[in-house]
Amino acid sequence: MAELFASTIWPVTVLVFQILLIVVPLLFAVAYLTYAERKVIAAMQLRQGPMVVGPYGLLQPLADGLKLFVKETVIPTGANKVVFLLAPMITFILALIGWAVIPFGDGLVLADINVGVLYLFAVSSLGVYGIIMAGWASNSRYAFLGALRSSAQMVSYEIAIGLIIISVLISAESLNLSEIVRAQGEQGWYVFWHFPMFVIFLVSILAETNRHPFDLPEDESSLVTGYNVEYSSMTFALFFLGEYANMILMSAIASVLFLGGWLPPLQVWPLTWIPGPLWFILKICLVLFVFIWARATLPRYRYDQLMRLGWKVLLPLSLAWVVLTAGVVVAFRHLPA
Amino acid sequence: MSVELFVFWMLALVAVASAVLVISAKNPVHSVLFLILCFFNAAGLFVLIGAEFLAMVLVVVYVGAVAVLFMFVVMMLDINFVRLREGFLNYLPIGGLVGLVLLAELVLVGASWALKEPAIAAAPATAELDNTRALGRVLYTEHFLVFQIAGFVLLVSIIGAIALTLRERVGVKRQDIARQVHRRPAETLVLERVEPGKGV
Repeated sequence: MAELFASTIWPVTVLVFQILLIVVPLLFAVAYLTYAERKVIAAMQLRQGPMVVGPYGLLQPLADGLKLFVKETVIPTGANKVVFLLAPMITFILALIGWAVIPFGDGLVLADINVGVLYLFAVSSLGVYGIIMAGWASNSRYAFLGALRSSAQMVSYEIAIGLIIISVLISAESLNLSEIVRAQGEQGWYVFWHFPMFVIFLVSILAETNRHPFDLPEDESSLVTGYNVEYSSMTFALFFLGEYANMILMSAIASVLFLGGWLPPLQVWPLTWIPGPLWFILKICLVLFVFIWARATLPRYRYDQLMRLGWKVLLPLSLAWVVLTAGVVVAFRHLPA
Repeated sequence: MSVELFVFWMLALVAVASAVLVISAKNPVHSVLFLILCFFNAAGLFVLIGAEFLAMVLVVVYVGAVAVLFMFVVMMLDINFVRLREGFLNYLPIGGLVGLVLLAELVLVGASWALKEPAIAAAPATAELDNTRALGRVLYTEHFLVFQIAGFVLLVSIIGAIALTLRERVGVKRQDIARQVHRRPAETLVLERVEPGKGV
């Protein structure tokens, strides 16, 4: 019994505790990201934003959550019940499991696997299932059209993301996220070396998370709200939480790949004194601000323009950059035979 | 029973069960979903033998791209599910034959694998060389030609798919971004002072 405890039960308990240590702050961050979004947009539009619930409206996310929680879950009669209920769960779970490989600090990572980048890429490419399943299972034309649009969009922008990741991998010579951050410590952040790719990556993650200006699946004026039009109460809340958790995850990926993860900008005293995870969180907030900024300032793209941007502009550019990076690495760096 | 063995049996059982459900599910969309579950469990089995790169590539390529296209096609089809089941018995002999041949071949492969000396481990067990690097070194040196040919086959199939589906349509108004950007106000705008009571 004692052996079983030492070999299985204790490690599993520790693991569950570590997972909770990531998931609980993440859900808290998701709740307050919605608050931050409303406040930032309000400030940009010279309004005050939520001010009623709690001091400065700080309890607004909790009130929203409670409201969604106590509402009735409506399942349309024509819906395919199992798939209909499975879709929001898949969206939400996929937004959470990506965090398993994100390094919060040097060695502060739940699963330090060698193919961390590929894992994240796989998780983000699965995100399309939640949406397409929701659109199909709802048995509604608006939802289905929204799902089709969004899956075509996500598949298209994934290609650009994949090619950008390849450029970063060639520079870092590793698929391990912690190694990528360490390589940036030695070579300088990739936002400087790969600046055009950083911009394209930001554009692509806006499209990948279906955010403004690429939020065509939720185009109110032409699709009501797209794939989640039939969802209510907690099923809707799961989509909502999943979308925002995905935004945070994508920002974390951007900070790991380009902004040096947990590293301070300069290795000088007052900056190195701040712990790594705090730097990481600051960088995530910076990218998240760009998400919200884009939403407040940019008009929505038309669908054919969106496809043109993905396939005819971002894809050739990122492909050319892969060739360029590989050429530079071969020319200036000693490579193992 | 060790944890690893337990995980293996769980993944293997779910993989086989979902594979059976792929062909027996009434709704084609459910079939595709079970196919995805099957891919996932196969990826889990890859991780278990230490081939994490292959596992991730399986998920990215098959689940993230191929199965999405399956899903697209199946969802767009307007299928009568009852009619679909009608010919089941007619196809059973030939289907069974194909299944039998596949099974026999798998048994042969398995037998030859078991009889052979265990010369090649499933995954390189070296500590300093991870499996992505190991694969890359073999792929880009020894098997370079085959790799290139595979790339060319894919390129040809891409061009073929485009050539098959591309058709010139007349009378379609397309947006020409370059022309839009290069437009000058002088070319398009005419300012006229209109007298009251008269048209332009």
